[in-house]
Amino acid sequence: MNHSAQGGPGGSSPRGQQAAPPTGDAATAAQRGIRLKVTDLEVRLGASGADVVSEVSFAVRSGQVLGLVGESGSGKTTVALALLGHARRGLRITSGQVLLDGVDLLGLSPGDLRAARGARVSYVPQDPSSALNPTLKVGNQLREALLVHAGVIDNPADRVAEVMREVYLDATPEILGRYPHQLSGGQQQRIALAMAFACRPSLIVLDEPTTGLDVSTQRHVLDTVRSLCRSYGVAAVYVSHDLAVVSGLVSDVAVMYAGRIVEIGPTARLFREPVHPYTRGLIGAVPSPERAEVLTGIDGQQPRPGHRGAGCSFAARCGYVIADCTTEAPEPVLIDGRTVRCLRAWDIQATRPERQAVVAGPPSAAEAPTLSVRGVSASYGSTPVLFDVGLDVPPRACVAVVGESGSGKTTLARCVAGLHSNWTGEIAFQGAPLDRGARQRSRDVLQRVQYIFQNPYTSLNPRKTVGQIIAQPLEQFVDLKFRERSARVVQVLEDVSLSRDFLSRYPDQLSGGERQRVAIARALVVQPDLLICDEVTSSLDVSVQAIIVELLRRIQRERQLAMIFITHNLALVRSIAHSAVVLCDGAVAESGPVEQILEHPADPYTIRLMEDVPRLATPSR
Amino acid sequence: MDVNAPAASPAARIPQEKIQRIRRHQWASVLWAVVRTPRGAIGLGLASFVAGVAVIGPFLAPDSPYALVTLAFAKPSGHFLLGGDFLGRDVLSRVLEGGWLLLVMAACATALGIAGGATAGVSAAYLRGRSDGIIMRAVDVILSFPQLVFALLLLSLLGPKLWLITVAVGLSHAPQVARVLRSATLDISERDFVKAAELQGMRPAKVMVKEILPNLVSPLMVEAGLRLTYSIVIMAGLAFLGFGQQPPAANWGTMINENRNGLPLNPWAVIVPAALIALLTIGTNTFTDAFARVAIGVDRRPEEAALLDDLGQEVAE
Repeated sequence: MNHSAQGGPGGSSPRGQQAAPPTGDAATAAQRGIRLKVTDLEVRLGASGADVVSEVSFAVRSGQVLGLVGESGSGKTTVALALLGHARRGLRITSGQVLLDGVDLLGLSPGDLRAARGARVSYVPQDPSSALNPTLKVGNQLREALLVHAGVIDNPADRVAEVMREVYLDATPEILGRYPHQLSGGQQQRIALAMAFACRPSLIVLDEPTTGLDVSTQRHVLDTVRSLCRSYGVAAVYVSHDLAVVSGLVSDVAVMYAGRIVEIGPTARLFREPVHPYTRGLIGAVPSPERAEVLTGIDGQQPRPGHRGAGCSFAARCGYVIADCTTEAPEPVLIDGRTVRCLRAWDIQATRPERQAVVAGPPSAAEAPTLSVRGVSASYGSTPVLFDVGLDVPPRACVAVVGESGSGKTTLARCVAGLHSNWTGEIAFQGAPLDRGARQRSRDVLQRVQYIFQNPYTSLNPRKTVGQIIAQPLEQFVDLKFRERSARVVQVLEDVSLSRDFLSRYPDQLSGGERQRVAIARALVVQPDLLICDEVTSSLDVSVQAIIVELLRRIQRERQLAMIFITHNLALVRSIAHSAVVLCDGAVAESGPVEQILEHPADPYTIRLMEDVPRLATPSR
Repeated sequence: MDVNAPAASPAARIPQEKIQRIRRHQWASVLWAVVRTPRGAIGLGLASFVAGVAVIGPFLAPDSPYALVTLAFAKPSGHFLLGGDFLGRDVLSRVLEGGWLLLVMAACATALGIAGGATAGVSAAYLRGRSDGIIMRAVDVILSFPQLVFALLLLSLLGPKLWLITVAVGLSHAPQVARVLRSATLDISERDFVKAAELQGMRPAKVMVKEILPNLVSPLMVEAGLRLTYSIVIMAGLAFLGFGQQPPAANWGTMINENRNGLPLNPWAVIVPAALIALLTIGTNTFTDAFARVAIGVDRRPEEAALLDDLGQEVAE
């Protein structure tokens, strides 16, 4: 067992170091500029004792950011919390060291650990709207963070003003006197960042702090994080499921799968020539706004703790799998400047992943559009959301509606579907104008316009089986015998790549990707003419997003559907849509064929969106 | 052992499948989980003990509950284990006889209250607008009377008839059930699967029964347990006040009232029926409490479910 090989940039230090007295260790660490050194971290489930995370080792130098990347369930958040000496309920940190400036955080007494948290190691949570106390003004919350660690900072009032400036917020009494809900999502996240940096810690753990933010806001937050880490010389660990997000920020990347680091190394090298099949899969799943490519996600699910079995945990989903993979657990090997856990690392390194270009058939503009939206304005209560929006969806074409949150893109979709009835203007479906709300529409129209919801965790009734959920629209719309109905349900399940075993399962037994496939199957089973997809991938992992988008693209082509694909991610548009409509503050900023919008954007808003799309920081692949 | 290694993985999967099979019957699996908690077991034990006394009791009674067989307030003796009541009837026989009707009436009142309250609460929350206003204002009016006073009001108007007692107690529960289920429904009817059903052109009544009601199982069960407890207490109270079964019928509530003058002479004539009512109330209450605790774990909000996916099922269980 040569774990030291897994230590990434700092891993080459001699093993004997652990036995040395802390002072000597601190000296070695300081020489190398290493602030954080994690060795053989292991977290287990309290009851069954199964390992959630094990053999995790890495090191971070001061001023640098390590990206901790993986799908949900890979254990990355568990590792992030363990860096603060915290384990979620039901979990235990069973072994390993978290050396911060030479001191093992895991060995501290509860009192010392409490003193260290916030002052020497701090945490930026995923969702700032729930992390900030809604009853405290943000200025008070910032001051509170400083007062808890009295003595760390001499003059709290000055420090608040200083740290606010550093996160590019004005330290005016006006801003400091606001409650969290009076700030935008980006501003809330900046406050959370300011709280984390307030006491000048040595280590900052950022747990997907930009999930749920618009691309532009996300870029600003990432820029802030980058400049703060540089100027403070802190070590930072950035957790994310999106490789594109971390690629511009981090110096090293650790890819986690099923509780282990499967590949760790310098960012540029790892992204340009990924070796581990899982890393390759993650990179293949990242959509690119520059090229129309078939997205290759990673099918299947990672094994849960306690069910990982012998051999490589990734074997079941791996395209390079050989017989040995299922019996022999791969040990980390050093290859081409990074450490990889794969039996076939050397063979795979020699191959190059290939990407397939999408051949987009041109939509026929000559035919009458399936859906035509003319001068639609909508409002929620007295607040106007949409202003004079118009778009056409030709038959057999996919139109993407792109915009940031608050741009009105979901409202537009809901108007078309009949979920939102407070609108004026005209929406014509196959030549006939549509009524405002779903209740006024005929069964025939309801059947032919199908809607897929954003969040598959709320769109499926938890008390019904998959079979019941998919059969339900058939019962409502089509008069079929039981036998024919079952046949159609099974058929549509196959179309969305689910086996018939799923018929008797309940939604809470499915992963997010599987749930979304069931939702797609429910829409397809009644053979609609128009499919409205409302941000269907925004709550899914990037690797799953790729599979869902690819599935929708295939179905749209095969069934020759007209489709509206709503998204905030311009990069996705290229892979699926023929034309695009960019919405800004409820009005159409720009519309046209996808190539034209992405390659020669004319509107300043579109240009900015294009610039802010997270991209893999690799010149060529 | 190495030879067995491949066989170990299907073997490890068996418990997983078993879990899935149990989870298919959500009601049964939740109830089973409740019974397995100490709280649930104690609650169920106490409640079924009292229910057993009430149901089997009439067949075991040594004497007629109406015959004057001993002296008034006679002390317990070899033949009359709990002594005599204020007329010299056997207390044990009257205790064994006096429970079942109370329980049946309490159960009927509970069912009535839950059915009425659920209908009102769910439709108010789902239909919103004017129906919501009308239903909830009516609920407010009934709520402004204390439950016992409301029942007494109806009874003094129409006379102490057993069916009326049941209806009155049931009706006095309905507004409180309606409130609880309205707020639960408000949450559920905002979820997308309800919208999906609407987009399928489903009629509102069907949406409420087919989509929303199955998701209200836990609050419904908790309410049922709670309301059963209250029904027993209110009915015993009404009997104590003279509005229950009329003498000479044996009834735990009436017995406490009849015999309280003789407390220094034969306390058992009061203590035993009072203790049975108390045990039943504590039992149903404890069981309901255990159910609520388990149900919280079962009915996780979808966001939490997504979070727990992150950790694996083991933590959730």
